[in-house]
Amino acid sequence: MKIYGVAILAGCYLIGQLIGSYLGVGLGIGGNVGGVGFAMIILILVNDRLRKKGLLDTTSEQGVFFWSAMYIPIVIAMSATQNVTAALSGGWVAVFAAVIGTAACFALVPFVAKIGQSKNQ
Amino acid sequence: MEVIEKLIDKNGLVFAFLLVGILIAVSYWLSKKVTNKKIPGAAIAISAALVFAYFGNEKGIADFPLFAGMALLGGSMLRDFAIVATAMGASFKEIKKAGLAGILSLFIGVIFTFSIGAVIAYLMGYTDAKSIATIGAGACTYIVGPITGSAIGASSDVIAISIATGVLKTVLVTIFTPLIAPRIGLNNPNTAMVFGGMMGTTSGVAAGLAATDPKLVPYGALTATFYTGLGALLCPSILYYLVQLSV
Repeated sequence: MKIYGVAILAGCYLIGQLIGSYLGVGLGIGGNVGGVGFAMIILILVNDRLRKKGLLDTTSEQGVFFWSAMYIPIVIAMSATQNVTAALSGGWVAVFAAVIGTAACFALVPFVAKIGQSKNQ
Repeated sequence: MEVIEKLIDKNGLVFAFLLVGILIAVSYWLSKKVTNKKIPGAAIAISAALVFAYFGNEKGIADFPLFAGMALLGGSMLRDFAIVATAMGASFKEIKKAGLAGILSLFIGVIFTFSIGAVIAYLMGYTDAKSIATIGAGACTYIVGPITGSAIGASSDVIAISIATGVLKTVLVTIFTPLIAPRIGLNNPNTAMVFGGMMGTTSGVAAGLAATDPKLVPYGALTATFYTGLGALLCPSILYYLVQLSV
C-alpha cells in the first residue's frame, strides 16, 4: 500500500527534524540544525533494512517516489514565493558580497572535491 | 468573479498544483522547441518563477491572495518533506565515500564565504566589527545573517543588507548552477555533496541541482542542510571574534 511508504517517509522526516531541533537547542543556537540531513540518512538506512528483510514492496516504495517526483514542482513554487524584491534592494554591498562570494565558491568546488577524493584513496 | 475568488481562496493548494503544472508544461515546451534542450525545462520554470516573485513582496507571488496557495506548496514543510523523499534514490555507499569531503566543504564554505563578505563590507566603508561580521554572515545564507546580527547587536539596516545578500545568493545559485555545472565537474555524487557544503543555501542548491540533474539533488541537499546550522554556530562566535581582532 502506497500509504505505508508515505508513512515511513513521514516518520523518518519527523525523527530527523526532532534530532535537528534538539541539536539546535543543545548548541544554543535554536532553530533546526541539519534536521533534513538526519532525516535523509535515517530514510536511507530504514529503506535498506526493510528491503533486505523483504518488508517493503514496490507499491509502498511508490508512495515515497511520488513525493520525490513532486520535488521539482515544489521548488518552482518555492522560487515563486521568494523575497526577490529584498534580494534586489540591499544596495551594492549586498550585490558585491553575494556575486563575488557565490562566484568564488563555484570556483573552489572542483578543488575541494579533489581533496576529498585523494584523502579517500 | 466573486464566486471564482472564493473558490480559489478555499482551494489555494489545488490551484497551485494547476499553476505549477501549466508553468512546467510551458517551460518544458520552450526548452524543447526554442532552446533545443540546451536550457533544461526546470531551469526555465524556476527562472520564470523568480521573475513572478519580483512582482510580489516578502512572500513573492503569494502576496497576491489569488496565488496564496503557492506559499503552501513551496513552503518549508513540503519542500523539506520532498527533499527527504529524494534520499530514496541516493546510495549510502556514495554518501559514505564523500562524507569526509562533505564535512570539509561545510567548514571551508562557511569560513571562506564569511571572509569574502567581510572583506567586501570593509572595502565598501564598513569599519565596525559588528557590521562587517553581520554582512559576512549574510553572504553565507539569509538565515545566518540575521541570527549573527541580532546575536552581536548589529543595527537593523545592516541586518537588512545581510538578508538581501543571502537571498540574492540563493537566486544566483539557482540560476547559475545549471550553467556552471559542466565547468566545475558537477556531474557526480561526490562533487554534488561538496557543492552543497560549499554553497549552503538549501533552496538555491536544491533548485540549482534540480535544473542540472535531479539525480544529484539528494547529495547536495544532504550537506547543504547542515550549512546554516554551522554558520549560525561559527559566525557570531569565532569568526566575529577574529573580525574584532583584525579591525
